[in-house]
Amino acid sequence: MSRLTQIRVLLLLAIVAVLEVCCRTGLINNYNLIPPSQMVSALFDLLRAGAVNIEMARTLGAIAIAVVLAIIVGLFVAVVLHALPRLRRAIDPVLATYYSVPIFVFYPLFIVIFGLNDRPKVLIGFMLAVVNVIASTLNGLDRVPNVLRKTAKVLQLSRYEVVRDIILPSAAPNIFTGVKLAIAHAFVGVLAAEFILSTGGLGYQISYAFHDFNNREMYAILLLILIIVAVVNSFLLAWERRLRQRRGLV
Amino acid sequence: MMSPLMAGAARYQRALDLTLLMLAIVALWQFFFVIGGTTALASPWAAAKNAYTILGSGRFWGNAKTTLLAFGIAVAIEIVAGIGIGILLGLRKMAGDVLEPLLAALYSIPKLMFFPVVTLFCGIGLWSAVVFGILHGIISIILFTMSAVRNIKMVYLKTGRVMNLTTLQMMTTIAFPGALPEIFTGLRIGISASLIGVILCELFGSSKGVGFLLMNAMENNITVDISAYTLILIAFAILVSGALMAIDEHLHKRL
Amino acid sequence: MHKPNAASAKTTSAVAALPDLVTLTDINHVFPARAGAPSVRAVGPLSLSIKKGEFFSVVGPSGCGKSTLLEIVAGLIAPTEGKVEFDGRPVTNRVPDGIGVVFQEDASFPWLTVWDNLIFGLKRRGVPGDVARDKVEWALNLTSLGGFRNAYPAQLSGGMRQRVCIARTLVMEPRLILLDEPFGALDQQTRLLMGDETLNLWRATGATIMLITHALDEAAMLSDRVGIMSARPGRFIEVVETGWSADRDSRIATSENFGALTAHLWSCLRDESIRASHESEKAR
Repeated sequence: MSRLTQIRVLLLLAIVAVLEVCCRTGLINNYNLIPPSQMVSALFDLLRAGAVNIEMARTLGAIAIAVVLAIIVGLFVAVVLHALPRLRRAIDPVLATYYSVPIFVFYPLFIVIFGLNDRPKVLIGFMLAVVNVIASTLNGLDRVPNVLRKTAKVLQLSRYEVVRDIILPSAAPNIFTGVKLAIAHAFVGVLAAEFILSTGGLGYQISYAFHDFNNREMYAILLLILIIVAVVNSFLLAWERRLRQRRGLV
Repeated sequence: MMSPLMAGAARYQRALDLTLLMLAIVALWQFFFVIGGTTALASPWAAAKNAYTILGSGRFWGNAKTTLLAFGIAVAIEIVAGIGIGILLGLRKMAGDVLEPLLAALYSIPKLMFFPVVTLFCGIGLWSAVVFGILHGIISIILFTMSAVRNIKMVYLKTGRVMNLTTLQMMTTIAFPGALPEIFTGLRIGISASLIGVILCELFGSSKGVGFLLMNAMENNITVDISAYTLILIAFAILVSGALMAIDEHLHKRL
Repeated sequence: MHKPNAASAKTTSAVAALPDLVTLTDINHVFPARAGAPSVRAVGPLSLSIKKGEFFSVVGPSGCGKSTLLEIVAGLIAPTEGKVEFDGRPVTNRVPDGIGVVFQEDASFPWLTVWDNLIFGLKRRGVPGDVARDKVEWALNLTSLGGFRNAYPAQLSGGMRQRVCIARTLVMEPRLILLDEPFGALDQQTRLLMGDETLNLWRATGATIMLITHALDEAAMLSDRVGIMSARPGRFIEVVETGWSADRDSRIATSENFGALTAHLWSCLRDESIRASHESEKAR
């Protein structure tokens, strides 16, 4: 472990310790925050009882569908927009302002259209995720060196082969960054949708526990989500670092 | 350099593009309206007309004031605190190196999960919206400011030293102007995110604000109101981000 | 003593007797006007034949259309006027079989290992696995890349990456290899060594080579014939025959003839280079 990582870990432990002490001594009201140690034990109880497993599967399933859809649609749209510069220029304001628009305000609309099931929240997760893939892929396609396109012509590749074997691999580091952001945004979208109004999932469980004044369970699920996000993030980061190292981008 | 004639043509082209884009969006909306019918959403025309009526009502402006107040306080606090912390972390290499990955991790966590925590501490009302707004915006301001301070070219600072500037003069005449464009990019992203944060907070649970009005319309299933409030919120968000983007572009032109 | 021949057409020479591989007839190329820039006449009028098995170099001032000429020969650009034939067949807007190109910029695929870079073209051509493997081994040995087969291009130096591109061209066994300033980004010593290796490859493969370069000594040392181009629009001022034997290497750079030849090339090019640099100043 590097010295910086050691300091980082110590810092996090110190923050947790301070919270623990503050909660135990009553400096922070236990109605507001329960001690970190209790969050952990509550999470253990929850997992052992198996009560949240199905909710977790539901949320992660919705996120996975949203991400897969975002990748497929995003790649396709980016390749098309890249091939049609005129259309791309016209669409550009949408891409530029997209993340300043609260996409969640469409959620009520989607519920009215699709009904109160899993589809509206998948759609919200997809909508938040897809533009990351489009923007990053376009960025990557712009950076494909011209000499690689010429090489493809010398090797007599077909149009489809050029996209599959030259352009997408060349843009892969940027596309990966887009996928990483898409996953983060799909988490935000699906969890928020569940929280606002839904019939199940981890976001719904938080909302339910919150309105039920069940702090122990609420903080346990919060901790669970934090752990999931941290694990997924560090996995993606490590993968990205390996990819970029191989390409000499670090 | 572009000739004035060509610049004029480019501007015309851009205006045309924008008009076509708006028409396309309205057409898409109309298409969904025709497919979905009035129970799902209002037609663009009905929504716009209703939005116009809403914008003339006192009830709306009372709630808008709450939203704008929360948004304004959040932005003011996060600008001061974000830039301050950012400069500090930019100057202190060790602290910056330790905290940067933690901040980046925090940035990718869905902040909305902390909504219950925020309301537990601040109650339902103005201050939870403010805190939630800050939570969404401040990290990008810190990260961009920190990177801007670190990226100040050493040769500029050396030039300043050759000119015998005092530390304060160095800060005001070299460091800040040099770092401003990048800092502003952070501000732009942060401020837009804060607006989303405030609206989200009002959607989740509040008793006032435009987000509350939307949630209210949704609970009462008044399609034409849902469409109108959605339209108003999105128009405002685009307005804010468009203005910030124009300033951002202007600042980066000199680079 | 050999003297470099001006106007090679007049003298009977060994090269002139060889059959044509590439013929260019009355080529003109104009790049159409683009946003903010007027149309540019890049090349022509120009006619040329490249003989089977020869090493032909093109020198000329920067911006004279050397690379455009190469891309016209390769079939990457269709000229606005004129006819291109490769091996008796007209070249139309696609790269014909039997032509390989090595570009100045690094064109190795950074997402593939050296081995996968080399086998890439063979796979797409449907060459059976064991045959393809043998060819890749052969090209790796020829370019001394054997020890780096599992490396990614990012782990190699610029010179080694250019070798990967050369080897990737060689495995396809082209009859004509087009080299577009392939050593332009390398340092002087590496360039001399790469020059020697290029001569070895030329002898080992029996392919015809057309080399674009701005380095007069490189052209003088490597070629059977050197075509000297004018400033834009590029035309051939003169085609010089060097008369070197086929087993030459970089040591000829110390010979008297080499000095005379390089001096002759420079005397042809000096005025053109001045003209070209004035043009580019005006264009700013």
